[in-house]
Amino acid sequence: MSLLTVRDLRVEFKTPDGVVKAVAGVSYDLNPGETLALVGESGSGKSVSNLAYMGLLPASRTTITGSVILETTSGPVELIGMSNEELRKIRGKDIAMIFQDPMSALHPYYTIGDQLIEAHQVHNEVDKKVSRERAIELLSLVGVANPEERLAAYPHQFSGGMRQRVMIAMALMNNPKVLIADEPTTALDVTVQAQILKLLSDLQKQFNMAVILITHDLGVVAGAADRVNVMYGGRLVESTDVNELYENPLMPYTVGLLDSIPRMDKGHGKRLRAIPGQPPSLIKLGDGCAFAARCGRKSELPEGKCDTSPELKEVTAGHLVRCHLYDSKGAAK
Amino acid sequence: MNQPLLEVTDLQKFFPVSGPGIFSRERGINKAVNGLTFTLNKGETLGLVGESGCGKSTAGRTILKLYDPTAGSIKFEGEEISGYSNSQMKPLRTKMQMIFQDPQSSLNPRQSVGAIIGASYEVHKIKPAGGVKKAVQELLERVGLNAEHFDRYPHEFSGGQRQRIGIARALALNPKFIVCDEPVSALDVSIQAQVVNLLSDIRDEFGMSYLFIAHDLSVVQHISDRVGVMYLGKMMEIAPTESIYSTPHHPYTKALLSAVPMPDPKLERKREQIVLTGELPSPMKPPTGCVFSTRCWKATSKCFEVEPLLQKVGQAEVACHFPE
Repeated sequence: MSLLTVRDLRVEFKTPDGVVKAVAGVSYDLNPGETLALVGESGSGKSVSNLAYMGLLPASRTTITGSVILETTSGPVELIGMSNEELRKIRGKDIAMIFQDPMSALHPYYTIGDQLIEAHQVHNEVDKKVSRERAIELLSLVGVANPEERLAAYPHQFSGGMRQRVMIAMALMNNPKVLIADEPTTALDVTVQAQILKLLSDLQKQFNMAVILITHDLGVVAGAADRVNVMYGGRLVESTDVNELYENPLMPYTVGLLDSIPRMDKGHGKRLRAIPGQPPSLIKLGDGCAFAARCGRKSELPEGKCDTSPELKEVTAGHLVRCHLYDSKGAAK
Repeated sequence: MNQPLLEVTDLQKFFPVSGPGIFSRERGINKAVNGLTFTLNKGETLGLVGESGCGKSTAGRTILKLYDPTAGSIKFEGEEISGYSNSQMKPLRTKMQMIFQDPQSSLNPRQSVGAIIGASYEVHKIKPAGGVKKAVQELLERVGLNAEHFDRYPHEFSGGQRQRIGIARALALNPKFIVCDEPVSALDVSIQAQVVNLLSDIRDEFGMSYLFIAHDLSVVQHISDRVGVMYLGKMMEIAPTESIYSTPHHPYTKALLSAVPMPDPKLERKREQIVLTGELPSPMKPPTGCVFSTRCWKATSKCFEVEPLLQKVGQAEVACHFPE
């Protein structure tokens, strides 16, 4: 059973320069309890694809099509096309989200107690005292010392790592089954990042949540993910189990990405193998492979082949790749 | 090779912190850089790492005299510059340059690329052979852009390309020393690798020295000959790159290195991590004794009372009473 079923999701923005195809047909499933990483560089569509079905994009300039079905406590619901009012009953209850920058995601004028209690009150018709108890329970779960006193504190009175803990507590107030973590540790120092990732993985087990981890950091992915979806130019280009991805990456973009990371275990002074060129403009992007202009293996294919759109195909069991090099099953590496 | 280009001794930079309200008195002192000592040799790259608030960027800016140091000595090519005025610094600025983290805010959006890079020549009244335009176009090509980019504006470029413009500007006057302040942290991985390679190539080509400030320990490892680790305004450990990454001596260095995630699921999942507890103390009230004592698992009463000084341990210099 899939908790979240995404099918042919497309997101387009109207801009003065033209239509930006931020997400161009993305499909995947999220299984209960798993961590699915969405990896990609800026503009690959990894964040936007999630903001879209959460109803967090400006409606006037955005066109969203496709289908996203979420299993809620009261059965499956289609999120695309849902009114804001209906979405509000689901967001923060069945599906919750944490963001990169907790300073701008928390309200600076309200105490964290007010904000945590409100997150509970919105979805539960209970006495405020019950919500307060729940807030204290969660703050101590995420490792905030003296939770009762800290309820009266404002976000600015916390450090970056502590604010991220508060945001995690808020997301978990209603026991969601799906948590979307959008670059949750990108703004944090490495030592704090290690604390937060450990906390997230402990809580995930405790709450039996499925997590969508959006990140650009392949080190974080290696430690936290079960499965990985690699995105480029608004499309999924590779999708597989985490070990398989690092051991046997197939799409030339994934290979290039893994090669270009400086690694502490591979010694210093060596030249990094960068991917040449720039990420594609999402306005001008045509039907062909979005990576073709930067791809070192384009010449292995017949002229013009990469101007046509490759399909996302299962090359080996559970390993999906969008690349013409793998048109027939298990083809050339 | 081993002649120091830059000698920094006991450098301090304190910022007054005022209370709420306009007329309130000084509330405390932020000891951003609190006694920093190191040397940088010709052609060498020193990586400076540490977490946010450790004073690494302040150190870089103070060394270039963008801030006036509170105390301490800065010697550039043997010349004591810590007390120099802006006008005394001006001739030296051709030799000392800086590359910033955010190429969006460090390039004037209303000036063309040609004007931005050409301004260096104008300010210092230098007439390059063949004219400013030709010199700028050569620089643009050297950093991987096109000569035709001369008349374009910063917003027409991507983040990686803008950082290349910032690098071209720093190179214009043929400096001997560049402070690189988080030059690749705002860039995507595939672009980051391009810029790191460019920075190492031009360093070797022009024989420059870098003070490479970054929080990403793997990038620093790639580009640096030696690495200094800062914590609360002080140097905890400074050592040759290979030695500090293979055998860190300071407990903080050890913890910091252990927190870096490895892009390899098998290694990453069996890696031993030292998860530091507690919060970074405020630089307004640094702990007495060793500044790291409040979070150190090896701390004894001595660490809370006596400040450890940098001492030689193997190839490294370490400020710790109980080095590993």
